[in-house]
Amino acid sequence: MPNTNDSLLLMQGICKNFPGVQALLDVDFSLRRGEIHALMGENGAGKSTLIKVLTGVERQNSGKILLDGKEILAKSPLHAQELGISTVFQEINLCPNLSVAENILIGREPKKFGSINWTQLKHQARQILDRLDIDIDVTQSLGMYPVALQQMVAIARALEISSKILILDEPTSSLDARETEKLFDVMRKLKGEGLGIIFITHFLDQVYQISDRMTVLRNGRLVGTYDTAELPRMDLVSKMIGRSLDELEDMTRFKHETGKRIAQEPLLEAHQLGRTGSIQPFDLELHAGEVLGFAGLLGAGRTETANLLFGVDSPDHGTMTFDGQEVKKFSPLNSIHRGMAYCPEDRKADGIVGDLTVRENIVLALQASQGWFKFLSPKKQTEIADKYIKLLNIATPNADQLVKNLSGGNQQKVILARWLATNPQTLILDEPTRGIDVGAKTEIQKLVLELAEEGKACIFISSELEEVLRTSHRVMVLRDREVVAELAGGELEEKKIMQIIAGS
Amino acid sequence: MKPTTSLLKDLRHHSLFWPVVALLLIMLFNLLFTPGFFRLEIKDGHLFGSLVDILNRGAPLMLLAIGMTMVIATAGVDLSVGAIIAIAGAAAAVLINPALGRELVTSDKLIEDVTQTPLWLVILIPLIAATVCGLWNGILVSRANIQPMVATLVLMVAGRGIAQLITNGQIITIYYSPYFYIGGGYLFGLPFSLYIVAAVFLFAWYISRKTSVGLFVESVGTNASSSFYSGINEKNVKLLAYIFCGFCAGIAGLLISSNVKSADANNAGLWSELDAILAVVIGGTLMSGGRFSLVGSILGALIIQSMTTTIYAFGVPPEVVLVVKALVVLAVVLLYSELVKVSMDKLFEQKGVQP
Amino acid sequence: MMEKFKIDRKFWPLLVTIGLFLLLYAYGFFSYRGFSNPQVFFNLFIDNAFLLITSIGMTFVILSGGIDLSIGAVIAFTTVLSAYLSEDWGLHPLVVIPMVLLVGTLLGAVMGSIIQFFKVQPFIVTLAGMFFARGMCFVISTDAITISHPFYRTLSLFRIPLFGKTFIPINVVIFLVVLAAAIYLAHFTRFGRTVYAIGGNEQSALLMGLPVARTKVLVYTLNGFCSALAGVVFSVYMLSGYGLYTNGLELDAIASVVIGGTQLTGGVGYVAGTVFGVLIQGLIQTTIMFQGTLNSWWTKIVVGLLTLLFIMMQSAFASARRTRLAAKSIDKSADRLPVGETELVPDA
Repeated sequence: MPNTNDSLLLMQGICKNFPGVQALLDVDFSLRRGEIHALMGENGAGKSTLIKVLTGVERQNSGKILLDGKEILAKSPLHAQELGISTVFQEINLCPNLSVAENILIGREPKKFGSINWTQLKHQARQILDRLDIDIDVTQSLGMYPVALQQMVAIARALEISSKILILDEPTSSLDARETEKLFDVMRKLKGEGLGIIFITHFLDQVYQISDRMTVLRNGRLVGTYDTAELPRMDLVSKMIGRSLDELEDMTRFKHETGKRIAQEPLLEAHQLGRTGSIQPFDLELHAGEVLGFAGLLGAGRTETANLLFGVDSPDHGTMTFDGQEVKKFSPLNSIHRGMAYCPEDRKADGIVGDLTVRENIVLALQASQGWFKFLSPKKQTEIADKYIKLLNIATPNADQLVKNLSGGNQQKVILARWLATNPQTLILDEPTRGIDVGAKTEIQKLVLELAEEGKACIFISSELEEVLRTSHRVMVLRDREVVAELAGGELEEKKIMQIIAGS
Repeated sequence: MKPTTSLLKDLRHHSLFWPVVALLLIMLFNLLFTPGFFRLEIKDGHLFGSLVDILNRGAPLMLLAIGMTMVIATAGVDLSVGAIIAIAGAAAAVLINPALGRELVTSDKLIEDVTQTPLWLVILIPLIAATVCGLWNGILVSRANIQPMVATLVLMVAGRGIAQLITNGQIITIYYSPYFYIGGGYLFGLPFSLYIVAAVFLFAWYISRKTSVGLFVESVGTNASSSFYSGINEKNVKLLAYIFCGFCAGIAGLLISSNVKSADANNAGLWSELDAILAVVIGGTLMSGGRFSLVGSILGALIIQSMTTTIYAFGVPPEVVLVVKALVVLAVVLLYSELVKVSMDKLFEQKGVQP
Repeated sequence: MMEKFKIDRKFWPLLVTIGLFLLLYAYGFFSYRGFSNPQVFFNLFIDNAFLLITSIGMTFVILSGGIDLSIGAVIAFTTVLSAYLSEDWGLHPLVVIPMVLLVGTLLGAVMGSIIQFFKVQPFIVTLAGMFFARGMCFVISTDAITISHPFYRTLSLFRIPLFGKTFIPINVVIFLVVLAAAIYLAHFTRFGRTVYAIGGNEQSALLMGLPVARTKVLVYTLNGFCSALAGVVFSVYMLSGYGLYTNGLELDAIASVVIGGTQLTGGVGYVAGTVFGVLIQGLIQTTIMFQGTLNSWWTKIVVGLLTLLFIMMQSAFASARRTRLAAKSIDKSADRLPVGETELVPDA
């Protein structure tokens, strides 16, 4: 056990406000030497802001940071690195075109007579990787290796700068179980060497597996710091969500109500539908009035499955029928004509059209389905937009506001409005609540159930298991790009699904 | 807020504010320093004068700017319009040439109407050729997923070669009086070329504001992926933009060859792609795509042309205009980068108000 | 043992380029009389020395993920300025040459700074640079200026004899020095590796603490210098300065870089590849010349198509890599050990 008083980092009374938003209010955080400390909280709780303050991306409005008892103020991520605080992000910030060795050492490469000493460079890189028990060819381009190894290389680079604190921001979200285990081995090893590790993840089980302590944030405020062993899981969840679990019972009851009206005949049926390199062939049935949940880790193939169903990708295996008719043409437009709608996972990249107005964003899919020449007049567009702004309670000064100026939750509602305007029979919602505040989250979950009550069929995809369970009548579990289980009724419980996801 | 200041602010923030100010400044400069710049005369029932001259000479550039606007709005660019001008001009010249390119026709024959090709074919075939060039660009960009700048670079290099192939490496003199009417004729006292520009402009304006084309183009230019997920066939939107741009360049090629009465594969439309891009950027359409303004692009083209004409009026060698254009490009670009900063600030302010 | 013979996948595009060059050369060698004369080979370098030099500069720009459309104009401007300074001002070439090199380098530095600090697309800024440099040529003189200074004549007549009757002039020597310096710069200095890193992922390069801003400005500065040097070489080659010289050369240079296997998106490629890219274009020109019945404009068409072919190949390579990676991750999951030993669910 590490010495409990051996404090490495102390953040005291950190406040940070952005115009109109109090992102952090009087947050304390401490990290000991040789400790893995999980930073917990829902999206928007302030985790990333706290890390940004620590690593010099943002500057706090008040509060101080002590490293080894000395007050520090990181001016930039680079400066933070020099102070001994390194971060490894979920999306790897390395250059895939350079060799592994260069990625570890570029910027501090060994030199001989002013030119790069390649022999020495390779040697040093190998030494550092040895420390992590990794044996790969360091002369190969980094991009040739799987993400897990790239992440190890990123950690190696961080260690090379002889860091005291290592921040791992969602490092496991694209790793499989074995790779995760390997990463944990490395983390334990570094912990043994006396490093302080801050670990951010949304996989609760991993937190319980690896962390010593955890700090929970909610809405920019500190909820508390706990020893992992002493905080039961359910308590953690309610601390993160900030509501007692009873409150959520209401929705569960509502779900059971709607569950009685599911149609007998399937609306959408897939038989051994699949795409090489994307998702293994699977069977699927979706009924009117039903919410079907997809559970699984990020990268398990949930989005790939949705992409096939909506025709973003074409399958190279199997068949799909919609309302009894076999689907021949796979494209978003054809799917829209069939009465389908799809809110994609990446709201910024695939959802909103930032430079267009709320009005234009809302009518986009409807206009696309009507074609080039059946033009909705500006008056008609405004009518539709105003209707959904009111219906979904979208917070915008008017319909002509650029959608990029809206908050995340409202942007998500605009995309929902875009699809509701096409009056779809089937909706696929991929991570519709990611990165939006708790209030909007519940609204969207309720909306999904309301849509099911109206007789629409929904597919609900989320990384947050309890959210899937709360809204879905039936759940399909995916692992490693394969549908591995389908659960309904009494089988719908968190532990069981987690066991399936873990593959045990 | 007082209504007057608010009106002024609205004006200043209107997307066409800066282009209009620039054009007015050039006109003001001419009013003060170029004698007779605003004089208009009627000779043989035709209107003459510097202003008419600017409109007439600026016609090909305005056409290019209209086509280029659509391409740039889809977050692309077409560097091959100069080469397409050469191809269209070359095709027209060869069709007019009675020998149809088999042998050189002596120059004494080239001062009379001896062509055997009907006028409609002389016009139609080059336009088809230009449209096919646009189609080629569009396929490379939308189907082969090649960066627009690079994809159109290919035709920019190879296109001049193709034009030379058509003309057999010669500068072909054209003599065909009905054909001259396109680029040099007058209708109701105004140059005929203006009616062509007006027709193309109205067409482009109509399809972009009265059909969903405009919305689709702006949506694809802002975020192609989101547009695709929303059911817009983003590939075809891009394809159509390049086809239209090629078509516009084809008309410009006809205008130029008809006006100068020859087809020069090497120099016809040289550097015009740069002028066209400049016109669009001055007009307030961002190179990054999205929102576009056809009126702005026309204004941009007029600014470039009146600047050129003004400089000529001072007896400066025509090539020096390039230096001025370079400085204008720089000024515009820096102005917009400053504007971007200001609008970013504004954006943050608005964000602050949001709950 | 086998490892020694396995060629790294990243060298494939380069090998394709070299293979294409050898094939074209073999074709000419066996098809036309006189092609076998070694001087024909050396002439490839002699006639294209300026293009080689400027293309090397362009390689760095493209490796960093940028583009420079001004080089043809900068070369022409250098020839005009050289001619003007030595003829009209009567300056000695030993003074003129450093001056024009400095002017070209400065132009590059200014363009690079605008690109970096105002965050304007390189293509627009260098377009303005192109207009500016071309225009300045005509501001100085609208006609061609013949260079009569004996020093230039001596330079242009200077020849290093090789075996037989073959020789190389000073232009080729300058090119060889530039090539050696460029390879050293690209592979043995932090500047070079930073250029690759920026081309690979600029954001990452920034987060890795590399001097991104300085390097980007330097890349355009270097290219300005290379263009000016190419201009000096060209003025020695032509013994005159003219504003219409090297029209559209930027396209030849970009084509050379692309044919040489450098990815237009940046980060991947070799200086040596660019040399072969230029030589391939030279060979096409020579072959068409030897062929006799085809006209010179075929060169443009063939080069255009070849460029397209290489771009297509690049995107094919890229998408093949993506598919392979995706397939890999599926395979991996298939032959994975049972994960029973990794109990992810905590003891509740």
